[in-house]
Amino acid sequence: MVLILFCIASAVAIFATVMMVTRLNAVHGLLYLILSLLAVGVIFFLLGAHFAAVLEVIIYAGAIMVLFVFVIMMLNQGHKTTEQERIWLQPGIWIGPSVLALILFVEMLVIVVLGGSAETGYIVNAKQVGIALYGPYLLAVELASILLLAGLVGAYHLGKPMLKITKKGGEL
Amino acid sequence: MSGIPMEFGLLLSAVLFVIGLVGVLVRRNLIMILMSLEVMLNATGLAFIVAGSRWGQADGQIMFLLILTLAAAEVGVGLGLVLQVFHRFHTLDADSVNEMQG
Repeated sequence: MVLILFCIASAVAIFATVMMVTRLNAVHGLLYLILSLLAVGVIFFLLGAHFAAVLEVIIYAGAIMVLFVFVIMMLNQGHKTTEQERIWLQPGIWIGPSVLALILFVEMLVIVVLGGSAETGYIVNAKQVGIALYGPYLLAVELASILLLAGLVGAYHLGKPMLKITKKGGEL
Repeated sequence: MSGIPMEFGLLLSAVLFVIGLVGVLVRRNLIMILMSLEVMLNATGLAFIVAGSRWGQADGQIMFLLILTLAAAEVGVGLGLVLQVFHRFHTLDADSVNEMQG
């Protein structure tokens, strides 16, 4: 049972990733990339890594993808944007990702409803992860925080000229 | 222990990694390259999770957390660079940014 669910989720992940790489439009690719990340999140759940599955959905498919959406929208500004949006939102574009998302949703429902029979063996819960994170891996946490700080400073430095331009009201 | 053989998980991870690598090599749009990089990082995270699940240890998820922070920092800086490139060259084509003639 778990194996069937795993195979369906992997098929969705591979299909969505291939579609992502072959899309010509960045927004369409982004839709399929989100689907790929959600499918990998379901696989994490099946593997018993519930904490990682939640982080995958919240941080990867949530926060990081929002950054991509912001940048794509920033680079496409102008009066032709509405026309572009109408072309982007044609049914043929969003039906594929919707069907894949529906498959993943049904799979999650099956896992939740069946419960016992879809049991996934050894579960590493968030408590164990937290204890290990602030025990032997404390230095790694500090290094990760320094990395994030460096990324923050770098992104601010690279984006600062854009702030000046938008304040002056000029064209990007 | 787990109902999923370890080989399947590692195989899926390798396939996703190769698709991401092909995307990085083939696509010339900077945003698509960054998205393919995300797929590659995600595939390595999947390999760590599979290994951690196989031995029932929390280390795999901790490595995934570190990869997650790496991906977040990389995307922040990478998208800042994309904005700069678009601002200076008015294109997102990676091949047109070859002013150093390397």
